[in-house]
Amino acid sequence: MLRLAWKSLVNRRLAAGLLVFSIALSVALLAGVERVRTQTEESFTRAIAGTDLVVGARSGPVNLMLYSVFRIGDATNNISWKSYEAVTAHPRVAWTVPLSLGDSHRGFRVLGTTPAYFEHYRTGTDRPLAFRDGKPFADVFDAVLGAEVAERLGYRVGQSITIAHGTGDTSFAEHDDKPFRVVGILAPTGTAVDRTVHVPLEGIEAIHLDWQGGAQAPGLAIAPEQARRMDLAPKAITAMLVGMKSRAAVFQVQRWVNEYREEPLLAVLPGVALQQVWRIVGVAERALFLVAAAVAAASLAGLVALHLAALDARRRELAILRALGAPPRAIFGLVIGESFLLTAAGIVLGMLVLQAALAVAAPLAETRLGLVLAPGLPSAAEGLLLAAVLVCGTLAGVIPAWRAYRLALTEGMTLRL
Amino acid sequence: MSDAPVIELAGVRFRWTPDGPWVLDVPELVVPRGEHLFLAGPSGSGKSSLLALIAGVAVPEAGAVRVLGRALAELGGAQRDRFRADHFGVIFQLFNLLPYLSVLENVTLACRFSPRRRERAARAGGAAAEAQRLLRELELGDEALHARRATALSVGQQQRVAAARALIGAPEIVIADEPTSALDTGLRETFVELLMRECSAAGATLIFVSHDRSLAARFPRRAELPELNRVRSPAC
Repeated sequence: MLRLAWKSLVNRRLAAGLLVFSIALSVALLAGVERVRTQTEESFTRAIAGTDLVVGARSGPVNLMLYSVFRIGDATNNISWKSYEAVTAHPRVAWTVPLSLGDSHRGFRVLGTTPAYFEHYRTGTDRPLAFRDGKPFADVFDAVLGAEVAERLGYRVGQSITIAHGTGDTSFAEHDDKPFRVVGILAPTGTAVDRTVHVPLEGIEAIHLDWQGGAQAPGLAIAPEQARRMDLAPKAITAMLVGMKSRAAVFQVQRWVNEYREEPLLAVLPGVALQQVWRIVGVAERALFLVAAAVAAASLAGLVALHLAALDARRRELAILRALGAPPRAIFGLVIGESFLLTAAGIVLGMLVLQAALAVAAPLAETRLGLVLAPGLPSAAEGLLLAAVLVCGTLAGVIPAWRAYRLALTEGMTLRL
Repeated sequence: MSDAPVIELAGVRFRWTPDGPWVLDVPELVVPRGEHLFLAGPSGSGKSSLLALIAGVAVPEAGAVRVLGRALAELGGAQRDRFRADHFGVIFQLFNLLPYLSVLENVTLACRFSPRRRERAARAGGAAAEAQRLLRELELGDEALHARRATALSVGQQQRVAAARALIGAPEIVIADEPTSALDTGLRETFVELLMRECSAAGATLIFVSHDRSLAARFPRRAELPELNRVRSPAC
């Protein structure tokens, strides 16, 4: 019956082709959204690893994660260096990494930190930061670039860059009297690290020595060499990453930080907070998925419509098959078989379309969004999705098949011309 | 079974819907084996209904239809379909062929639903070879024609392809429902001649339904449906 169904479809190839195309597009959309969704979630969960606590000024955990890990938005408040030292001195704490944000370089965030950052920051499944070129900063005016920063701006090791005050894309307040020298470029991680310019905490202090209230104080310019000799101990930082000696102590230290009396602090578990961030972003992804599912449903409705419209014109065909002794269930099978073939063809074509689209979009998505969207075989979840589409498409044939079955029974082999 | 009539109708009453008008009331109709019967009657005299009963597409409300000694009422729907596939060849007035199959595929299609006819065709040298032989007999020997789509043929050629399909696998009964009414007069004669010749060669019983009485003279037996059927049809 499948062979007959195939030939019958080929005979109506224009309508069938358009339908296959529409199913293909919706399948590509559905599978594409699913893939972007899983990839986004994955790149979210692998944004930071190996860190037991993230500590910042008291606000919300989502906000804290956004500015400290994703480098999106601004901190509501800083935490004092005294608090940083207090947390570092806690007996259960193994290491801490200070993070100081607030400046930018041509749209990329500048992060003041310590060499410990390169040692303890982990992405993905506990992957440490690797240097594609150069080494960690050592001098006050050294800078280490994220992979994307270097690539987009065409920077190389040895180059000199200036940092802008504030985080706007085009800032007029440049710290151009104290340029930084690029000493290292990190390998890509697919996280916000790629879009970050890392400088020593002391460098951040140095460029702000002669600044007051967001502008360079007139007549107070301090040359870089002078700055080196001054006290560059920071007074405040934006956030800190904390590693435990033993993971079992996480909750104890978290409570201790949250109840710290000298200053209102907030400590969050990155894994939990990432889930919260994902829940917010994920809503959009789910909405997108629903839209894609609706598109798929619409094209399956088109499948039903095509069959029903064709049925009237196919009474002759049904009468011939009946006269040849085809039982009504064979007629039923013919129509169902057509639905199956159309849907299967749509799925195959849709996956090809998706692969082609991914091949085109993958490099862009990787550099711009840090999403890994390589073409490849469908994942188990996608396979399940495609199987669901195939089942739905085949089942969509039940309605017209049932009508054909009824026609076959009542009209017999008479041809009403 | 060999001496039994091929078709026997006794006291058959039939209507398409349970509360519709009666369309058939046939006290008796017997068709012996190998006979070529010309069944005449104006449209509306119950020809389609009678053929539907004989072919087992429809079941009478009263009376019995026996075909090849089998009471069709004893068979289930699927069995009747199988029975029809095995023992009947059917030719319609027009549009006998599936437009998306080639000429040859249209002929062998009859074997698809009947293992029995498939086997007989295989014994005769294979379904394709047998189809080619029949087409040749029906003066459609051009092999280039066989691969063409059925709709590319003239109406006269299409009817002969339909005849080949009705004959392949040697079914016992060939039913032709106004097979010539779409043909020109000259072609009608030729078609009837070919059909009768092939039915004789295959030993098949032929039931030829037509309102074209000019063809009736060629048949050894003629029957008038209005005489068989006691239902007086309103002109429709």
